[in-house]
Amino acid sequence: MSTASDQSANTEIIAADGEEHHGVSDKQYIVIALILAALTAIEVSTYYVDFGPLFMPTLFVLMAVKFVVVVSYFMHLKFDNKLFSYLFYTGLILALTVYVGALSTFKFFLQKG
Amino acid sequence: MVAVIRRSWHPLADTAIAQGHDSGHGAHVSSTGLSNNKLAMWMFLGSECLLFGGLISTYMLYKGRVNSGPQPDQIFDIPFTSVSSFVLLMSSLTMVLAVSAAQRKDDRNTTLWLTITALLGSTFVGGQVYEFTAFYREGLGFTTSLFGSSFYTLTGFHGVHVSVGIIMLMALVGMISRNRIPGDRGETVEMVGLYWHFVDIVWIVIFTLVYLIPS
Repeated sequence: MSTASDQSANTEIIAADGEEHHGVSDKQYIVIALILAALTAIEVSTYYVDFGPLFMPTLFVLMAVKFVVVVSYFMHLKFDNKLFSYLFYTGLILALTVYVGALSTFKFFLQKG
Repeated sequence: MVAVIRRSWHPLADTAIAQGHDSGHGAHVSSTGLSNNKLAMWMFLGSECLLFGGLISTYMLYKGRVNSGPQPDQIFDIPFTSVSSFVLLMSSLTMVLAVSAAQRKDDRNTTLWLTITALLGSTFVGGQVYEFTAFYREGLGFTTSLFGSSFYTLTGFHGVHVSVGIIMLMALVGMISRNRIPGDRGETVEMVGLYWHFVDIVWIVIFTLVYLIPS
């Protein structure tokens, strides 16, 4: 019979020195935060530098990357049980589907400007 | 009678009941063997996606509807909002360091990082209050235009979520210092952390769609 602590032991990696949880150390968290800060700086630069036709794709890709990095590493979804991922991404995909569908009925994506 | 019904309903029910008794001192677990608290939190965050999705969609639809008052690109202060976004992003780092410290049962660093996270969150909320005040002085009230209504509703809802997060963080600091957290302390800090990171990822989306993409 497994207990809650046994279950968490399956999904968490705890090093002997107690530094690592969910397979990520504190130093790695800092590196991830610096990467996120750099991505934010690139996002802000699109306000000052003309990216031409790449403007919108760049912003959307950067937004998606930042979102996934925070969810995967800071929220530990990458290392936790898959059921948590299903619960969260089901809500997210449902929201995207419903609202993209709703905006389409208003012909939102056909509007110019 | 209840036991019979449970047994016939799901083969794992017995295991779940036994685990519930076994882990009475710590986190309660579901028939999956996972923490009930964590399952509930992820389900809550999934439902929050629908809430903020609705608010963001409404803003996207109405941001161009400005019959009176200033246009979005006339009032947004991108350098100021960029600094606010950076502050909130860094609060996610301090939050994850608090969770890491709590899992190591390091109370001193847990309370330190939680307090810093709350301070960074307060800075963000303070910035938002300043921004709202500046926009109001420039002529953008809640009922000035559909853009104003949808903008204040969206960012206001987010600000309220951050404020609730700050209250949760400070309550957690108080409970840790008085040793009043029942069960698994690491998991309790992680639950608050999940909420805080969610508030951060919502802002990642708002910052791009509302502030950086012009109307």
